[in-house]
Amino acid sequence: MMKVKVHVTLRESVLDPQGTAVKNSLHAMNYHEVQDVRIGKYLELLIEPSDRPIEETVKEMCEKLLANTVIENYEFEVEEAVTQ
Amino acid sequence: MKFAVIVFPGSNCDIDMYHAVKDELGEEVEYVWHDATDLSQYDGILLPGGFSYGDYLRSGSIARFSNVMSEVVKAAEEGKPVLGVCNGFQILLEAGLLPGAMLRNQGLKFICRPVELEVVNNETMFTTSYQLHERITVPVAHGEGNYFCDEDTLKQLEKNGQIAFRYADDNPNGSLLSIAGITNKEGNVLGMMPHPERAVDGLLGSADGLKLFQSIVKHWRDSHVVNA
Repeated sequence: MMKVKVHVTLRESVLDPQGTAVKNSLHAMNYHEVQDVRIGKYLELLIEPSDRPIEETVKEMCEKLLANTVIENYEFEVEEAVTQ
Repeated sequence: MKFAVIVFPGSNCDIDMYHAVKDELGEEVEYVWHDATDLSQYDGILLPGGFSYGDYLRSGSIARFSNVMSEVVKAAEEGKPVLGVCNGFQILLEAGLLPGAMLRNQGLKFICRPVELEVVNNETMFTTSYQLHERITVPVAHGEGNYFCDEDTLKQLEKNGQIAFRYADDNPNGSLLSIAGITNKEGNVLGMMPHPERAVDGLLGSADGLKLFQSIVKHWRDSHVVNA
């Protein structure tokens, strides 16, 4: 089995109101060194290997469903899942 | 004229939509479950508000892959009126029937109150009963109504007259150009965050939304009924 870790984040050009609220809160706690906060999503997929390259399949899933590319970017990494 | 109100798991404005069409507009209407595979008997398609599939992942992202959505796309391509309100708008965006996407409200709060809208285009099949620049009062109820698209798309929306409604005075959610509702280029698909179905009788605080439904019927009668 393969484990795929997908990160979905808002594109640079899109304002992130949640991130801004968290940044303001960190500043209020005196962490003034924080320049920016962006909030995203993390998804883990367990995938059974098939004939099709897994990168191709996951890219398709990201484009179709996991991310909305109008407002979001995605990146993912594939690793061998450790069997219990 | 016969309308379909599409019901997804988690829709919660379907009954308001049904009431608006049946009791206030006086037209035929039926609930249609999300796994339906044929909408050919309906003249108009209504996607109500709510939290389809719990708004999981992104609002509308999972509903967009329901069985019925390929039929909604077909109806849209045939030129039938398709109206998506609130979550219905979000589903139309995710389905690619309308351009752009929704972000969280700028103030991060769920907003539920009447707002004033300006009718920006009164030549669409949804807005002919309004005056141009008419101000109407319709309630909003959403946490993600902050409309976003890229600059080119925004220019196209303006150029093609696809912006049907704007928030007048105050922009409650931070949407680009204060957009409250847009149509597709062909003009037969309208998505809007405010709820016209909740403003169809003076008892509800406003009847301004009724004219939207009346516009749809008027357009349909003009093009389908001989000697109308």
